[in-house]
Amino acid sequence: MAAAVQPNVILWGGSGPLLPPQFPGMAAGYCRVRTFLMTDAEPQLRSADDLRRAAQMAAAQAGDRVAYEALLRDCVPLIRAIAMRRGVAADHVEDVVQDVLLTIHRARQTYDPNRSFSAWLRTIAERRAIDLLRRIGRQRAREVHSPLDFETFADETARPADSGRSSASRVNDALASLPERQREAVQALVLEERSLSEAAIATRRSKGALKVNLHRALKALRGKFGGET
Amino acid sequence: MTANAHDHLIRGLAASLRPVRRLPPPLFRALAWLAVVVALAIALAAFANLDAVWQRISAAPDLWLAVIGSTLTAILAAIAAFELSVPDAPRAWAALPLPAALLWVGASGFGCLRGWVAPQSHVAVMSETRDCLMFIVFLSVPLSALLLTMLRRAYPLYPGLTAAIGGLAVAAAAATLLNFFHPYDAAATDLVVHAVAVGLVIAANRALGGRIFAVPALARIDVTPNRVGSN
Repeated sequence: MAAAVQPNVILWGGSGPLLPPQFPGMAAGYCRVRTFLMTDAEPQLRSADDLRRAAQMAAAQAGDRVAYEALLRDCVPLIRAIAMRRGVAADHVEDVVQDVLLTIHRARQTYDPNRSFSAWLRTIAERRAIDLLRRIGRQRAREVHSPLDFETFADETARPADSGRSSASRVNDALASLPERQREAVQALVLEERSLSEAAIATRRSKGALKVNLHRALKALRGKFGGET
Repeated sequence: MTANAHDHLIRGLAASLRPVRRLPPPLFRALAWLAVVVALAIALAAFANLDAVWQRISAAPDLWLAVIGSTLTAILAAIAAFELSVPDAPRAWAALPLPAALLWVGASGFGCLRGWVAPQSHVAVMSETRDCLMFIVFLSVPLSALLLTMLRRAYPLYPGLTAAIGGLAVAAAAATLLNFFHPYDAAATDLVVHAVAVGLVIAANRALGGRIFAVPALARIDVTPNRVGSN
């Protein structure tokens, strides 16, 4: 393992041994901690793509805009794939892409071209994806999203707009089917709201006959509407 | 989901690209901050009665163990904070200073028994412990300012954690330097005050640093997608 033989090379990315030679044990120990922690982010073999991207990023650090633009375009599908794998919904993937592009830009001075660019990008993209998932989770806990609540449903207890007219015609029909004397009593006492004596004069019936006929008419109507109030 | 959905942003970022100096490895940046602390310690030592300090510390094992603990905590927490400040750092770095911090707290906590172990020792009274609090807090201000400025040059993706570990480094460094001007033995009241001071420094760093680091990426660079689009 190169780590055991030349710890400084791993530590400082080939820029030469920088710790004084009397502390090789310290350097090796620190190096071991560092490589242990970084292992999962570091693939053993770097692909040609990765080397190209690392070179592009190094050029970007030096200010090469063309290489930088090509690199960022190259990153977009990679970030999308990482975000999808992390479980980000399709309509939020582009948010992660934007976040990661901005993070690359802001953090470009921290990239060491001797380390894998893909691993660097993957770690950043996964963290940004998790940040977004957490943000969405918090938002869901705070806000109610229930589009069905705002749909219109038929209300069993509501009266349709034309129900008044139809019930009036039903009452009229029922009245018409009543015998002459009963209809007369309902007409005078209920619809025209006359007093009993006025109605008696108008219809030339006795008050008693009017009362009896009204009573019978109401009973008949009640029977017709099946107990409806 | 078109391929060029981020065209404006990418072109804008490329257009605003400036050459950057690659950051030195985190360990080097941590050593640079620690060098400032050492320089401060040397400056403070000039005003301290070193013989008295040495006599006090070597008198009891819990006292020098506490000094070793706080010194190690400062060193390891500084390293951990700088490691955490790069965006791809694993969060496990935060555990690096914990063993030293345990030694520090444990050895200091032993001092609480001082009243029974050595009843004749001079225990700090309230006004003196207030001086300790002031010393730790005021020494922490420049150290925190320097550390946060240095950490900010990187781009931590765990801003709160990074700032809190940085706060631990600052508080431990300040508590170590306090030993130059601390002619009392540890006692419960004194330790509570120290714990409050350390907690205060860590909380302040976390709140302040978390905010400094967590400024949205869009606000920090001079390019927003909309502005690029209108160009």
